[in-house]
Amino acid sequence: MTRDIQFVLNGKEVAITCDPLKRLLDVLRDDFGLFGTKEACGEGECGACSVLKDSKIITTCMVPMGSVQGCEIMTIEGLRETARGTCIIEAFADGGAVQCGFCIPGMVIAAESLLASNPDPSEEDIRLGISGNLCRCTGYDLIVESIRLAAKRGKGLW
Amino acid sequence: MAKKPIGTPMRRTDAVSKASGAEKYLSDMHFDGMLYARMVRSGIPRGIITDISLPPLPDGYRFITYKDIPAGGNNELVMIKKDYRCFAEQDVRYVGETIGLLVGPDRSVLVDLLEKISISYEEQVPAVTIDEGLACKGGAFVGENNLFCDFTIHKGDIDSVLADAHRIFEDEITTGWQEHVHLETNAALVMPDGDKFVVYASAQCPFYVRKSIAGLLNRPYEDIVVRQTTTGGAFGGKEHFPDVLAGPLLVAANVIKKPIQLVFDRHEDGAYSVKRHPSRTRFKTALDEQGNILGMDIDVVYNAGGYESCSYVVLQRGVFHATGVYNIPASRVRGRAVATNTFPSDAFRGFGAPQTLFAVETHLCHIAAALGVDPLALKSKYFLRQGDPTVTNGHVFEKVVLPEMLDQVLQASGYEQKVAEYKRGSGKGIGISFYNHGGAFTGNGEQMIIKAKARLHKRADGCVEILVGSTEMGQGLQTAFTKIVADTLGIGEDKVLYPNPDTANVADSGPTVASRSTMIVGKILEGAALEMKERWNESEDFFTEDEYKHPEGHPWDQNTFQGDAYIAYGWGICAVEVEVDPLTHEVVTKGIWSSHDIGVPIDELVVHGQINGGIIQSLGYAAMEKLDFHPKKGFKQVGLSDYIIPTSMDFPSQGASLVHNPYPYGPSGAKGMGELVFNGASAAFIDAVSRAVDKDIRAIPIPPETLTELMA
Repeated sequence: MTRDIQFVLNGKEVAITCDPLKRLLDVLRDDFGLFGTKEACGEGECGACSVLKDSKIITTCMVPMGSVQGCEIMTIEGLRETARGTCIIEAFADGGAVQCGFCIPGMVIAAESLLASNPDPSEEDIRLGISGNLCRCTGYDLIVESIRLAAKRGKGLW
Repeated sequence: MAKKPIGTPMRRTDAVSKASGAEKYLSDMHFDGMLYARMVRSGIPRGIITDISLPPLPDGYRFITYKDIPAGGNNELVMIKKDYRCFAEQDVRYVGETIGLLVGPDRSVLVDLLEKISISYEEQVPAVTIDEGLACKGGAFVGENNLFCDFTIHKGDIDSVLADAHRIFEDEITTGWQEHVHLETNAALVMPDGDKFVVYASAQCPFYVRKSIAGLLNRPYEDIVVRQTTTGGAFGGKEHFPDVLAGPLLVAANVIKKPIQLVFDRHEDGAYSVKRHPSRTRFKTALDEQGNILGMDIDVVYNAGGYESCSYVVLQRGVFHATGVYNIPASRVRGRAVATNTFPSDAFRGFGAPQTLFAVETHLCHIAAALGVDPLALKSKYFLRQGDPTVTNGHVFEKVVLPEMLDQVLQASGYEQKVAEYKRGSGKGIGISFYNHGGAFTGNGEQMIIKAKARLHKRADGCVEILVGSTEMGQGLQTAFTKIVADTLGIGEDKVLYPNPDTANVADSGPTVASRSTMIVGKILEGAALEMKERWNESEDFFTEDEYKHPEGHPWDQNTFQGDAYIAYGWGICAVEVEVDPLTHEVVTKGIWSSHDIGVPIDELVVHGQINGGIIQSLGYAAMEKLDFHPKKGFKQVGLSDYIIPTSMDFPSQGASLVHNPYPYGPSGAKGMGELVFNGASAAFIDAVSRAVDKDIRAIPIPPETLTELMA
């Protein structure tokens, strides 16, 4: 069974005919070639496959295409073209947040999601905000500090 | 203008491409006509395969087994010994052993087919635990006694020390499996290329892969070109294990003549990949009437699983670190790696040292508690100093600055005040641990086995390329090497390029393991850069190459394990403060403070990130990363919803200090550090919890439910 599904992907209207149970993650990677969204656990635990759906953070490995109809999806490839995305990415680079990098696109999405609702987060707010995203390299401290740096540098963006 | 110190942070060379999602990892690669593979594995821990029943395979699908290895090829992966089979033939040794590879164009069809493959076995009795392995339960399956290795080192006359002791304090400490959880799962891709093969792999050691698998096709190494792909974490889990993917893929690509990609999903990676060795360490420690330590008799056993892989080397490092940072007057350390019917244990950050360091630290805490003294007071009496004899009757060559580091940690943590304030059993506790890590390969391994080389290429455009087999896996090596070369040549860091290695055109600088890359390969690169600097105007386009030179005066006998096991050590101290809930026994960590001697940092921010990450991994090892084993089905926790690693909410931000203690044979004075920072926090955490609940803890991990059982 397939269905026609229309949605907005990184600001552009797109359509795909697919099984409505197909994971959004697979559609992004296999059908749209957006490889910045990573698969690391496949069960919604690690956040590496995070994107924004109607501005809310979701894990695309748990989202069937049927529920994407009519929604706005923003991936790291879209976010990186925005002033907010650039600000977070630059802060991550300067703050030492990046090691192996596999969790980082998802972390950037989590940072955007957090800052959009709380432009001046405390350390505790940040730790809570990224608690759905696992990182095995950094121990999180420098990610937390980098998000704080992004909030400081990007005043007014959020 | 004064030259800035090398440690001044620079933006990591790979940071923006990774953070922006532009960096390509193996699963992001695609070639025309590429096929996918799934592994078909043993479903039982021990037995004989009696039948493999396949569903009808659609066109374009193949099932590859040992029978597809061409004449002249050997069904083996050449790691250290040739004991690791590429494909099981008749017998299987553990749940998850590779039996075959199912290959085809559509991944969902492969999943359907995989479910329809049925394998029958004649089952045998497995040995799973250390005790079962030693007892040869079900009959020995490795040699006559299931021991991959068994050796003993002596310092002084421990038998007479034990005989004359006022008291002998016995103890047993155990540690569990630990899964690496590199966020990128294991992945490899093999494709024919003319009369050669190209292997893309998420791997630490491209030259290891080549050496390991070329014999499957009876080819010279040069016919197998290995290209490392950007590696999403490794921690030792991608030292030898990439061979286990690349080998079957090579056999398949030789038959099918197309590119084939194999990417493990998380559950496969959890259930069917190598782990940290579980360990059991027994102590008989001789004390005099005043409670002074006279000697230690130590028995170390590591659970190696079904194949030896690098267990002998892991065990050596465990044994050589078994008396920790202490000058114990007499010691005997026996090490054994026992074969069991579990997935092979393998390299994991620390490489055998974390188990024995945890054991000796925890053992000393138990002695201190029995003597009624603070563990710090007991331990600090025995700190190794420059010139002291080591456990292998070598010497400590460097200045040991543990006292200075201790001052830093005591001041930052408020240790002494908190010890006075938090009574044992009060629910609050602070613990402290001491640790070291011998840099680079053990003994004369760098000189006799690795013989590393490094090459630089000056190009006509004025850029310099680093051509080595060492790999970036997240630890910051690209940045460190870029800085070393740029600093030596006096050119901008943006003029130095360090692409992911390709075995066809880089020098074999040895594996990216053993905290050796900055210290050893970095120094060779410095030499190659010095030569390039001298010859800079000689030509527009030329290469320089240098090789490892072993510092004089460090004898080592690899047969007796006597002499200088390591020329330089990194040193660490960690303090951890906890509060334990009296009802649920949930442990809240209130503070983490550390000090490390890594010589001189090549990049302070990279080092900071390594310290933070290593310490959190070590705390996870002690506090929560429980990996149970079902004797017939294998690992029980195979996904990230049940194998629990630390989140951002589990531990507070850390205080981390460094001391400046340049190492004369390292680039700009640097020593190794990637593993050191894993080696100690687990012991500090357990010390803190033990004090908070006033109970000796002898096994990790200790999640709340286990602590509750212990307290019952």
